[in-house]
Amino acid sequence: MEVVLALAIGILTASGVWLLLRPRTFQVILGLSFLSYAVNLFILISGRLRTDAPPIIARGDTVDASLYADPLPQALVLTAIVIAFATTALLLVMLLISRGLTGTDHVDGEDRDQ
Amino acid sequence: MLEEWPLFILFVLPFLGSLAAAFLPTWARNAAAALAGTIALVGLVILIALYPSLSGNGVVHEQIQWLPSLGLNLQIRLDGLAWLFAFLVLGIGALVVLYARYYMSSADPVPRFFSFLLAFMGSMLGVVLSGNIIQLIFFWELTSLFSFLLIGYWHHNQSARDGARIALVVTAAGGVCLLVGALLLGRIVGSYDLDTILASGDRVRASGLYTPALILILIGAFTKSAQVPFHFWLPHAMAAPTPVSAYLHSATMVKAGVFVLMRLWPVLSGTDEWYLFVTTTGLATLLLGAWSAIFQQDLKGLLAYSTISHLGLITLLLGLGSPLALVAAIFHTVNHATFKASLFMAAGIIDHETGTRDLRRLSGLYRAMPITATLAMVAAAAMAGVPLLNGFLSKEMFLAEALAEHSGTYIDEALPYLATVASAFAVLYSLRFIHQTFFGPPPTDLPRVPGEAPPWMRLPVEILVLACLVVGVLPALTIGPYLATAVRSILGEQTPAYSLAIWHGFSQPLMMSLVALIGGTVLYLIYRTPLNEAKSSPVVGRLKGRKTFEAVMSAIVAGARACEAVVGTVRLQPQLRLLLCIALVAGGLPFVHFGYSLGEAPGTLIDPAFALIWLIGGACAIGAAWQAKYHRLAALILMGGAGLATCISFFWLSAPDLGITQLLVEIVTTVLLLLGLRWLPKRLPEMWSGNRWPPSVLLRRSTDLAIAIAAGLSMAAVAYAIMTRPAPDSIARYFLERAYVEGGGTNVVNVILVDFRGFDTLGEITVLCIVALTVFSLLRRFRPAPESVKAPVQQRVQNAFDDAHADRKIGDTVADYLAIPRIMMEISFPIIIVFAIYILLRGHDAPGGGFAAGIAMSIAILIQYMAKGTRQVESQLIIRPLRWIGIGLLLATLTGAGAWLFGHPFLSSYFRYVDLPLFGTVPVASALLFDIGVFALVVGATVVVLIALAHQSIRVPRPAHPAAETEDDA
Repeated sequence: MEVVLALAIGILTASGVWLLLRPRTFQVILGLSFLSYAVNLFILISGRLRTDAPPIIARGDTVDASLYADPLPQALVLTAIVIAFATTALLLVMLLISRGLTGTDHVDGEDRDQ
Repeated sequence: MLEEWPLFILFVLPFLGSLAAAFLPTWARNAAAALAGTIALVGLVILIALYPSLSGNGVVHEQIQWLPSLGLNLQIRLDGLAWLFAFLVLGIGALVVLYARYYMSSADPVPRFFSFLLAFMGSMLGVVLSGNIIQLIFFWELTSLFSFLLIGYWHHNQSARDGARIALVVTAAGGVCLLVGALLLGRIVGSYDLDTILASGDRVRASGLYTPALILILIGAFTKSAQVPFHFWLPHAMAAPTPVSAYLHSATMVKAGVFVLMRLWPVLSGTDEWYLFVTTTGLATLLLGAWSAIFQQDLKGLLAYSTISHLGLITLLLGLGSPLALVAAIFHTVNHATFKASLFMAAGIIDHETGTRDLRRLSGLYRAMPITATLAMVAAAAMAGVPLLNGFLSKEMFLAEALAEHSGTYIDEALPYLATVASAFAVLYSLRFIHQTFFGPPPTDLPRVPGEAPPWMRLPVEILVLACLVVGVLPALTIGPYLATAVRSILGEQTPAYSLAIWHGFSQPLMMSLVALIGGTVLYLIYRTPLNEAKSSPVVGRLKGRKTFEAVMSAIVAGARACEAVVGTVRLQPQLRLLLCIALVAGGLPFVHFGYSLGEAPGTLIDPAFALIWLIGGACAIGAAWQAKYHRLAALILMGGAGLATCISFFWLSAPDLGITQLLVEIVTTVLLLLGLRWLPKRLPEMWSGNRWPPSVLLRRSTDLAIAIAAGLSMAAVAYAIMTRPAPDSIARYFLERAYVEGGGTNVVNVILVDFRGFDTLGEITVLCIVALTVFSLLRRFRPAPESVKAPVQQRVQNAFDDAHADRKIGDTVADYLAIPRIMMEISFPIIIVFAIYILLRGHDAPGGGFAAGIAMSIAILIQYMAKGTRQVESQLIIRPLRWIGIGLLLATLTGAGAWLFGHPFLSSYFRYVDLPLFGTVPVASALLFDIGVFALVVGATVVVLIALAHQSIRVPRPAHPAAETEDDA
């Protein structure tokens, strides 16, 4: 499992970085989304892999913390998902505006080499 | 308060006054002056009341904790030296305020002037009363800033702007040096506390960092006190209103440099380096200033160069390093402040009454203004060092010190002669100032007919001149005790015996004084006429400080431009590439340093299903990266595939909340991107022929590919190294154990978000709100690019079909298109809303919560837009997303603030279980209200973005009349 997840994070990062470095705004948006998948998974695994142990505790005064997955990275990732969503939406609108104003979808607002 | 914190009040009062004066209307000249005067006088009273506690070398401390763990506190410290300087700042400040009330024209925005003046007063008090050298430098920089604002007060005037800029750049650059010097000093001593530093003089002088620290601190002090070669800013600063020149540029701010030298005198002085740097600089400044003052034709210019010369004298005395010289330096600082401030005020009166400050045009003013003339003559005599005036006493002490043996160097040998020459120059320019202005034939062709100044305007000058006289005649009775307190606060046990008498017999210093007086007078009689012809001072006039300054400044700007041209770029890709490379190197360095190793934790078995999911997910990611340029839709779908794999992983890895939220966000993101796809330009195939890329493209792409692979491999390696290590004991335990007991929820992730870290969530939804509003305002009036305005091909074909058939209206086919899915989508509206409310309400105890519910709710609306089209939805459904946002944010904030009503901190939560008929036991927590706020805001924000994008398409058919439909959005 560890190997699979590590490779998954690696592939998502590589795809994200490659797209981030592309000259077209749409590619950059996709790249950022891939990077946020990778980073979210990475944050989550910093709490280590736990299956079938969601941090939903039983009611009562005492809690055995070892029975549950680490809730802290999950809370962080939840925040990250929402912020990533907001950034994507903003970037999409920037893309449209830039495209409408400059007539190109190049990240610099002008085509240099094509 | 006043009894407990007198120093603190003294400290903040001027700043409060400054703020108050800033809010006065521009015509409120009297109110502003009264405010400033009151504050100076109240400060003076507090200061005088504190004097008794300084007896016996006492020091008053007050401290306000700020960051005690870092040793950073507001430390106020009053000792004898600080008292004397604070007295000058407040006393002369009060007189300057009175003077300025009559000097400033009612046409000027006078409250602003007093606001700056008070802020300067506070900053200067901050410098002298600081018990921490970093704090001292903070206020030091503030004095530079307010000096800048005051010099540039008449900002419509080019010379005022230039003078302000030069003064700020020179003194602020010196301030940076001083800061670095102080940091070095703090490093040597191990503390920035002034008492600690003063107690570790031997350690500082023995340290290897002594010389660099000394040089840096000296540069700071020399720039502020206008020492050669930094002196040139002071004459340019004379463009300021005269009260400012009297206050800042003769009496107080320029003394900040010598104040720091005095303050650190026990720590830094007594070495060869100190003697060499300080004495030489002081001597050069003394001579150069006096020489240049002789040739000035502007009254204020003469006084400015004379100030430079006297500051040089004080610096020279400090450089000599003997306790007696220190006494003379402090004494001369006070004397110079009194006579020079009064001379500046007199010069201001002359300027005010005649309309000119040109010495060549002024003449015979004694008849018109006898009182001002008398006052100016006494003050100028004090400046020249005439007996029975205060200037004479300190000059005598200076000459006595010049004669004494200090180091046996050439400087020491030459000092008596040079001191006499400088004194003769002082006599010469003082005489010229007086004779040229007040004597001689009556003035002709002055801009105004001169008359005596108003009595209130003369009063400050009278008080200062009286001080010169009284101190000059009865030094031991007047200044004596205060001077002694100041000296003792620096020297402690080493305080030398000195006498403040006017008559010491026919001593050598007296002879030197006489030579200077006679010599200066004779020189004036010989050269008085040629002096009026002088355009600039001979020899040293060639040292063009201003020109050098401008050359240095333009060299700096040109250098910055050149650097920017080499390393800067406006292009995004190189910037991102650089950023990623730096991140890679920064991330890799620790591994180079400490090595890479795997942990020992037992691994978990690979689940084939999970591996398969990521086989697909990985393929999707690579495919999307590969195809994103030419096949945007395919890439988007592939991205959705990778996103689904991520979602499933979240569920798999015990994070159901993340899974739900990610899945819903995924849906919305995809739909938004789909809406955006239409407006992108058609991708042209690459221009180069065949499949061969040009070398530059090949190089760029292979570099990017290498960076991408390196980043991917590093992340995989780091992730794997983390996962093979056992989890450290984290604060997770804290949250798990308290979620139910204190937060009243069993879904720990949700409890963290809405309760433990509720403040973070509040910040986060605020970000979301800002994004939504930004999108809304960006797209409000925006029209898509004209070439993508045409309706999509499919719609055009469908409409053409309608057109061709007589029984159909245009739009019928479009309306009927995909009728069954559309009906299903319409029906799903209430179902999704119920689902959203369900996951909202259960969020505290089971996976769900405000975010997920908000996104789900917006999907319900989004589906309606997809099914029916924008126009039809909006004819049936009125959505006001901006209100949702506002209500959501308000609800979340009010829920947090509600805790205040019960005396709890912001965002404390309350919970209990309630029995409801039909529903059973339901948890009711204030956190739920907060979560509802989050929910409403997320719905509003998402829908705003959606509608803004959707409205782009309904604007398209009417691009010719954009003005007719500007306000059609939500």
